[in-house]
Amino acid sequence: MNIGKQIILHIAVIALLAALDYVLPAYHQGVFSRIMVLAVFAMGYNLLFGYTGLLSLGHAMFFAAGLYGAGLTVYHLGWALPLAFVAGVGCAAVLALAIGLLALRTTGVAFMIVTMMFAQVLYLATLYFGQWTRGDEGIVLPQPTRLVEFAGLHFDFSNPVTRYYAALVLFAAVLLITLGIVRSRFGRVLIAIRENEDRTRMLGYNVFANKLAAVVISGAISGASGAAYALLFGYVGSTFASVQYSILPLLWVLLGGASTTLGPLLGTVLMYYLVDFSSDVLARAVPDWNFSYLGVVGIALIVLVLFFPKGIFGTIRAHWARWLP
Amino acid sequence: MTKKSSIILPSTSISRRSALKGIAAAGTFAAAPGFVRYAQAQSSAPIKIGFQAHKTGIGAAYGRWYERTTTAAVKAINAAGGINGRPIEIITEDDGTDPKRGAEVVAKLATQHQCDVVYGTLFSHVVVASAPVAGELKIPYFVVSEGYHVASGKLNRYCFQPGITDVRSQVTAMAPWVSGNLGKKVTMIFPDYAFGHDHRDYFTPAIKAAGGEVIAQIPIPPTESSFTKYFPQIPAETEVLYHVMVGPAVLTFVKELGEFYGSNKPQLFGFIDSLEAVDINSPGLEFLDGSHFWEGCPRYTQANDSEAMKAYRAAVGIDDNGAAVGDPKDVSTAAHMFGCWETLYVIKQAMEAAGYQGPADRAKLVEATEAIQGFEEGPEHPQGDKVFDGKLHQVYGHQNISKVEGGKLKVVHRTEIKDGMYEAEGDYTQQAL
Repeated sequence: MNIGKQIILHIAVIALLAALDYVLPAYHQGVFSRIMVLAVFAMGYNLLFGYTGLLSLGHAMFFAAGLYGAGLTVYHLGWALPLAFVAGVGCAAVLALAIGLLALRTTGVAFMIVTMMFAQVLYLATLYFGQWTRGDEGIVLPQPTRLVEFAGLHFDFSNPVTRYYAALVLFAAVLLITLGIVRSRFGRVLIAIRENEDRTRMLGYNVFANKLAAVVISGAISGASGAAYALLFGYVGSTFASVQYSILPLLWVLLGGASTTLGPLLGTVLMYYLVDFSSDVLARAVPDWNFSYLGVVGIALIVLVLFFPKGIFGTIRAHWARWLP
Repeated sequence: MTKKSSIILPSTSISRRSALKGIAAAGTFAAAPGFVRYAQAQSSAPIKIGFQAHKTGIGAAYGRWYERTTTAAVKAINAAGGINGRPIEIITEDDGTDPKRGAEVVAKLATQHQCDVVYGTLFSHVVVASAPVAGELKIPYFVVSEGYHVASGKLNRYCFQPGITDVRSQVTAMAPWVSGNLGKKVTMIFPDYAFGHDHRDYFTPAIKAAGGEVIAQIPIPPTESSFTKYFPQIPAETEVLYHVMVGPAVLTFVKELGEFYGSNKPQLFGFIDSLEAVDINSPGLEFLDGSHFWEGCPRYTQANDSEAMKAYRAAVGIDDNGAAVGDPKDVSTAAHMFGCWETLYVIKQAMEAAGYQGPADRAKLVEATEAIQGFEEGPEHPQGDKVFDGKLHQVYGHQNISKVEGGKLKVVHRTEIKDGMYEAEGDYTQQAL
């Protein structure tokens, strides 16, 4: 019974996003393209943080691995976009495997610190190898390189409509994959690890292997988001490897609801528009008060932790819809 | 933009989006008794210039003064009749000095605020991240950045830097003076990212061509907050120490450098970028007395300031020391912010040359800007005359070398425009509009 509701809900969300393309003004159409790509990042983060209970403070490195894996192969090697996308995801997955093997030797706060330090290493590496990356300034993927020809059809990923649907396809695929994982035996093992790691081990499960798999899948999904961001929006820069981009997915997931499949999307949407509107509202209300939109992000994080620890979908699930995955 | 995917939106068919827009537009037309009035309003409506401002983030000090300069320039232009008789309206959006937000802001200014052009960006990473959006939306994007990005030929036809010179031009112009007056053996200390790398890559050959040499290059990782351990790497035979450190740690850098050298120091040459919006007489900066700095435009009033320069400074509201009138602690970013004033006048000149009426004329505006060859010194260009390369979308101009004397910066050399010119690496006019 629940599976039916869950599938209908997720298909409805995907259909709603497809329909939005027909009614959204140009600006919001572009915003939703970005939101869907970033929500994929949040979904990747949620798999590790929400479902497995591992709080990483270094997920920007997986996003950046996808970003650079895809962007640099297009820019320097002239690879076709599908191949570059696979390269981006592959880079992130391999990096996640390596980081997982090392970082999973730690737990709790130590895991947070280790992941943050590895992310800082990658961030500094993107600056150090400026000859290829142009460091903080970054590189632009020229418009002609963002074309794909397939079976006589051509796709221009700088076209807003094509970009919207490309983002939607990626989002829908990752959402359904996440739903599948969460409902699978593997997903239930991850939740068991989150709830009681020792008991899960006593029950005979290989906790390390399952956690490592979660890190790799989470890293690959985050990398897919980074690769898509580079190819759809045409910019690759080291800012995306900075610590700020490790905190943002945590915030999106907390806002929407950790360990809920749709929470990452809702959190990304709300935080995006909170930043967007607060800039306008604050500029009009207190023009002499140079309030940073990052201040809004910080306040939102504090309020969430204090008053809504389960996030929006988490609260809905706790009170009204226990079938929400 | 114009090339639509044949699987999602065949270019020969009408999309549902287009159909909906068409129906909506038709309905609006039929129901709008004031359509004629609307057409008239178009011709006298304000020119909307989107200002991508670093109101917050690491560029906030620059952003504050860029905004003040913009306000002053718009006031002057509007008082003189605006652009083609239409007033300028500035729409400001904070980009947080962040590349991701910067790109979003350009899209917002173009598609939500319906601005005619976007302008005003300083930090290079924000410029580079925003450029693809400007190209895709085909909205002219006038930056005031001094980075070597537009001039690299790697952005797109809609990006211009007509109001301030780029770093390659700056270091190329000044190297001969450094070699001829300060010393031949130069050690460079620079931040280990793109801004520092540009200095390293363009100053090194320039000083060699001028008869000097860079004997050591010391990159500083951006995460450093103390620099003492790097100073022993400076060769003893160094005659000139070239430093371009930026950010909050610069005061520590200078203080520690002073402790390392004491009174027996080499000649120091730096970029004022390090100390923009910082009082040169701040505690700990005494070590800089007698050193030299690049300034795009002098911070302090100079004895030979032109009437145009005096008028510009008065309009923006800076005193003889380059601080806000009435608040001596609020030091300006004088070396860069003149670029906002001059860029707005370039936009005015190009729009009037193109007979610009609205967004449909953006391509004509691009071509009109490319057709500009230079600017005369005067009220619209108080920093000095300039040469504009329409193919490269980049301006060349004079550079100032100033010496710290008695707690002030005094211009001791002004380069010629030709000193900073180099062979262009790109030609944007070959790209489609």
